[in-house]
Amino acid sequence: MTASPHSAPATVALSTEDLIGSVAGTSAAPSRVVRPGLRHPPRFILAAGFLVLLAVVALGPSLFTGYDPLTGDVSETLQAPSWVHPFGTDRLGRDVLARTLYGTRYSLLIGLAGMAVSAAAGVLLGVLAGLRSRLLDEAVSRLFDVLSSFPGVLLAMLVVTFLGQGMANIALAVGIAGIPKFGRVVRAQTQLVRGADYVTHAAIYGLGRSRIFLRHVLPNVLVAVPVIATIYIGNTILVVSGLSFLGLGPQPPTPEWGVMLAESRDLLRVAWWPGVFPGLAVTLTVIAFSIVGGALQKSFEGRLA
Amino acid sequence: MPARHLTLRILSRLATSLVVAWASVTATFVALHALPGRIEDILAGDVDFPGLREAIAAEWGLDRSLPAQYVDFLFRLAHGDFGTSYVLRRPVIEVVGSQLRPTVELALAAGLLAVLLAGGLALATAGRGRLARGLASSLELVAASTPVFWLGILLLMAFSFSLRWFPVAGAKSWNALVLPAIALALPTAGLLAQVLRESMEKTLNQPFVTTVRARGVGETAIRTRHVLRHALLPAVTLGGWLIGGLLGGAVITEKVFGRPGLGTVTLGAVLTHDVPVVLAVVLLAALIHVAASTLLDILYLLIDPRLRAV
Amino acid sequence: MIDPREPLVDISGLSIAFPAQGDGPVVQGIDLVIHPGECVALVGESGSGKSVTARSLLNLAGDGARVEAARFRIRGRDARTFREADWRRLRGTFSGLVMQDALVSLDPLRTVGHEVGEVLTEHRLVSGRAALAERVHATLAKVGMPRPAERARQYAHQLSGGLRQRALIAAAIAAEPDLIIADEPTTALDPGIQNQVLAVLAERVREGAGLLLISHDLALVARIAHRVIVMRAGRIVDAGTTRAVLEQPRHPYTRQLLAAIPSAASRGGRLASARIASGPGTSAIARDPLPPRVAVEPRLVLEVRDIAKHYAQRAAPGQTGAFTALEGVSFTVRAGEVLGIIGASGSGKSTCAKIVLGLLEPDAGEVRLLGETWSGIPETRRRPLRRRLQYIPQDPLSSFDPRYRVEDIVAENLPDPGAKDRRARLLALLDQVGLSGSVLDRHPRALSGGQRQRVAIARALAAEPALIVCDEPVSALDIGIQAQILDLLADLQGRLSTALLFISHDWGVIQHLADRVLVFQDGRIVDQGSVADVFGSGGATAPGWRAVA
Repeated sequence: MTASPHSAPATVALSTEDLIGSVAGTSAAPSRVVRPGLRHPPRFILAAGFLVLLAVVALGPSLFTGYDPLTGDVSETLQAPSWVHPFGTDRLGRDVLARTLYGTRYSLLIGLAGMAVSAAAGVLLGVLAGLRSRLLDEAVSRLFDVLSSFPGVLLAMLVVTFLGQGMANIALAVGIAGIPKFGRVVRAQTQLVRGADYVTHAAIYGLGRSRIFLRHVLPNVLVAVPVIATIYIGNTILVVSGLSFLGLGPQPPTPEWGVMLAESRDLLRVAWWPGVFPGLAVTLTVIAFSIVGGALQKSFEGRLA
Repeated sequence: MPARHLTLRILSRLATSLVVAWASVTATFVALHALPGRIEDILAGDVDFPGLREAIAAEWGLDRSLPAQYVDFLFRLAHGDFGTSYVLRRPVIEVVGSQLRPTVELALAAGLLAVLLAGGLALATAGRGRLARGLASSLELVAASTPVFWLGILLLMAFSFSLRWFPVAGAKSWNALVLPAIALALPTAGLLAQVLRESMEKTLNQPFVTTVRARGVGETAIRTRHVLRHALLPAVTLGGWLIGGLLGGAVITEKVFGRPGLGTVTLGAVLTHDVPVVLAVVLLAALIHVAASTLLDILYLLIDPRLRAV
Repeated sequence: MIDPREPLVDISGLSIAFPAQGDGPVVQGIDLVIHPGECVALVGESGSGKSVTARSLLNLAGDGARVEAARFRIRGRDARTFREADWRRLRGTFSGLVMQDALVSLDPLRTVGHEVGEVLTEHRLVSGRAALAERVHATLAKVGMPRPAERARQYAHQLSGGLRQRALIAAAIAAEPDLIIADEPTTALDPGIQNQVLAVLAERVREGAGLLLISHDLALVARIAHRVIVMRAGRIVDAGTTRAVLEQPRHPYTRQLLAAIPSAASRGGRLASARIASGPGTSAIARDPLPPRVAVEPRLVLEVRDIAKHYAQRAAPGQTGAFTALEGVSFTVRAGEVLGIIGASGSGKSTCAKIVLGLLEPDAGEVRLLGETWSGIPETRRRPLRRRLQYIPQDPLSSFDPRYRVEDIVAENLPDPGAKDRRARLLALLDQVGLSGSVLDRHPRALSGGQRQRVAIARALAAEPALIVCDEPVSALDIGIQAQILDLLADLQGRLSTALLFISHDWGVIQHLADRVLVFQDGRIVDQGSVADVFGSGGATAPGWRAVA
């Protein structure tokens, strides 16, 4: 190398570590660094707060209202919303706010019960399908196809035809209809995890097949379950209240939101409040679950199929 | 070579759908026979009159062996014979057939409307300014979270009872289709728009879009010529589920608006335990769903050439 | 053949900022002039701002970018007054953009022909389908695409890597732009294909186009660039003719960057701490010596005899039918030795690595580890020896369980994870790889690429192995970090006398680190021997290797 006539006469003795090392620390932000944890935009905080409130209401509705949802004052039928009755009263003089608050229990309960059924069966089948056996995968996937070919509402109607109306039966029906949703996502997640380097190379660290499965595969698959559950429970509540609206679920005088809306339909000409507030409750609940579910999904980005 | 692969994939998809259709039918048969109680009682439902049980046994061939009954079941289904409704005392096919049209009208109208709304909204707002996107995604969220029956009630209150623009019940005129179609379409549109927009925005961040921009292609052309195809893929996958949702939602919508159709028929059948009718409707819906999913999957294969490779 | 007339691009004092994201400008004070027939290279590590600078020439710096300049002339016109419509007219006709990896840079749902022709239809440069097709085929032929009419009907994923990249170039030059901007066009390609792609670009320059070549690889750009600009942290630190910058680098950063490049000349010395003494008369690189290697013992750590692996179906594009991944492969690794493996993708080196690691069974032949049978036995019989054979991956992040923190990752490989002195052992291991104890509680996601690789090395060392299989461990790292990791590996290897089976596609790295080397091609070993033998004395490129490419 020839000397450049413009270079400084003194010896430059900086080490690369000083220069390149420091560059690495500051400007060279590796493109793969993902900030872990949830972001906290205002939407998320509002939604999460609403869900907490919902849970509290479901556990103790009497904290929020003194009225009995089932008995009404016949002298106060169809009163418009007022300070005394913030949501008004219905045809039998029952306080609509109280019924809406108590109704939280039913929607959440039936929704969660249905999800539990879907999750239990869906996870089991999904993991089985995602394992090595191609035959098992085909069989389970066809099973999912069959189950999902029956629209949820109609499947529920079939179940109710055979088993009768009521909360438990529609929970079961909704649960069965929801199995493919869980199952397919869990299946994809299982395949993703099994193909990941930390699983395919785990034998190097002296782990046997069952240890690898229990320690690395299963936990990383199950991580997806609460995320799926939160995303889909909104839809489940929609279907449940729809079925109740049709009269297939809990029967009057149960203050379930779908039932309340069914009762309100004939009153629309004279009273708007029995038809608005229960529906608002359903909508807000579903929105809240969707927002929280979406935020959960974002925070696990990259680890989920 | 590629054409042959494509044909093979299509054929294999068709074969799968036949298997699924068969399996759905078989599942219903098994469910029917697996229930506790005598089949005659289950099929009879809420009615009873002398000679009923014998008539049922004769029609359904209940004295024969189970496999023979199964074959007979398949055979009759293939010929469109769904048995007789003992509650209504008419062949099921007649009961269902007469009420099919209003429901199909409703489902088609709602489906079309949903696709147009969702497509338009997603195309217009994907990747554009933050305000537009935020607004659109909030709209979509609310629409997708609103129960169909509540939406119907709200629409009735606003447009039928207050403004009196549309009839309150029935299906006598085109007017009567408007509100139910809107009520059914909006939640579906919300969901579809969410999926479309998300996938459009994901696609807009792909490197190949930068390459296309560097060729001087304008933003709108980028979306219609390149991004739309990519964005359709997840929407197509969702399509089957959406159609199922439309069919189920039609049932609910018919009740809200007092519209005649399969929904009313089925609901009545459920409440009177008229099993043959419910069975028929459910099977019909399932088969429609299978057919639609198959068509959509084939569409997917046609759009995405990467799947045609071995 | 540089045309001294009007420069294509004449920029001075360029600065780009993203106000929405706060902080300061991403690049500042950039001067850039490109003449027709000239190739200017923009070199720097990731994060240096080279890509965003290049994109600003097309006004594609990104959403919300604020671009300011003292002078910004494109073909003599003041580009600061351009509106979006003006920019769009220029894109594709004045300048063409070639990016990395054609698989994601071309629309996978469109045929190659459509992609190549889009710029022509957009700017209405041809009319009629026949004329369009003819122009598309001609462009494909110009970039050396065999059977252009057939290829035009295919999709990007159906073409091999080299052909794909040519298609990408074709799509950029179809409208015969005066300026080609190539952003890392050869990264992640095999050396042989890199040469081909560079040749295509060089041809365009010879025909009078200007070329802005962006890369992190100084050695690569040296081959076709007339001038080089070195960027670091958003500023220019060095600029001049290629010769001047590479032979007499002015800025310390450039010097260290050059000194950190591994090669036969850097053998035996540390890369990261290399110093360039520059004074009147000398500009030599002084390197600290690596610790002297323990004499390589004759004891064999690994014996591979005649292994073969066949597959019924090939997963790669464009080929069907039975496929031989490996055939007749035999070699040995002695204790304390570094054996390099080099070969193009698809040459069988990854399959060989998997068989050596005991993750794949060979269809023929056998593998022996430390004298014991290793292949062809059930995993439970291998278990006792597992500790002696470890692995360092190319992508450390995907080899870590996403739920685990650094502590869990490294501890999993300790002989006795529950022992009382576990924390002390972990700290000692981290110290060996140059990490402080504070990373124990952190997630690998929050660490830099170099730190993650050190964690992977610590995990491998936790088991005290006799042999470590290193699968392209530095390929994804910037030169500076690469230098540090290579030094670390050399250090550890020297001190602990661990044998290394080092796979790489980079000749320089192999020449720097390995004692012997195996050259793979099409599943067979086509050359082997000491590094000096295979590469020739002082050789940067071996004729044998050329033939492989």
